[in-house]
Amino acid sequence: MHELSIAESIVDIVAETVERRGAGRVAAVHLRLGALAGVVDEALLFSFEVAAAGSPVEGAELRIEKVPVTVYCPSCRIDRVLAGVQPLCCPTCGTPTPNVISGTELEVTAMEVEDG
Amino acid sequence: MAKGLRSIEIRERVLGKNDALAESLRSRFQESGTYVVNLVSSPGTGKTALLERTLSELTRDRRVAALVGDLATENDAQRLSRSGAPVRQISTGGNCHLEAEMVQSALQDWEPAGSEVLFIENVGNLVCPASYDLGENLRVVLLSVTEGEDKPLKYPPIFHSANLALITKVDLAEAVGFDRAALRANIEAVNPGLPVLELSARSGEGMDAWLDLFRNR
Repeated sequence: MHELSIAESIVDIVAETVERRGAGRVAAVHLRLGALAGVVDEALLFSFEVAAAGSPVEGAELRIEKVPVTVYCPSCRIDRVLAGVQPLCCPTCGTPTPNVISGTELEVTAMEVEDG
Repeated sequence: MAKGLRSIEIRERVLGKNDALAESLRSRFQESGTYVVNLVSSPGTGKTALLERTLSELTRDRRVAALVGDLATENDAQRLSRSGAPVRQISTGGNCHLEAEMVQSALQDWEPAGSEVLFIENVGNLVCPASYDLGENLRVVLLSVTEGEDKPLKYPPIFHSANLALITKVDLAEAVGFDRAALRANIEAVNPGLPVLELSARSGEGMDAWLDLFRNR
């Protein structure tokens, strides 16, 4: 269960941006979360509330955009989106591929702040 | 009174600080000529037993050292010190994984001079250590024959992030009805082409292929 320390890092990143930009209350935080990032979203949502308490991010909503695993298929020579996290093979032709194009993201993309 | 919302772009990796620190550790290890191995597995897979034997064998002709992560005890460091290699414990105080910062601070007052190989034994956990780069050159995931062949399918991120898989306790394979083909297929499903070695730290079976990775460096 490392979601709490992940949540603390998210709060730190957002709080630093708030300070730098002199922004007001944070209403929402946007996160891109890859299926292979090893982070459970329910646990993260809960941890985020805890981590945000008492910080400039308190009360903000964490909006998680889930990113599916995309692999490059060397046979079809095209990127293919998987339904789950395994098997890492082309869903169309079945060729195994370790070439993960996306799905490991764990990135704060944006925040929404209240004006004035 | 409704307030307008304004969107501010951030685009920052959540573990960016850890990753940057891990990168700086990696350059530092490269400069000192130290090859770093991060051992990850669930508790009870035999990381410490493997490391005990590995350190004892390698200290004969290589300068090796180990950093050992543990939630609360120093038992593993005591066990490993008997090999004669420098060993340092990192007590994580309940944290379920090692982070680059913990490695950095352990190295501040303990720099095993001229180590050719530094083994880092992560906290026993198949989930969280996957997310934290420690500046290692080689991430090794261990899985014992007693754990069940479907572990790779249950914990894809850690198997996906590894550079090598070790199947441990193979001396027990027959007794527990270990299905080698099923495990290999499951590893292949989450990390196609991942090299796999099978060994037993107790019987010594398969140890040479593992030790040669470091002897031949």
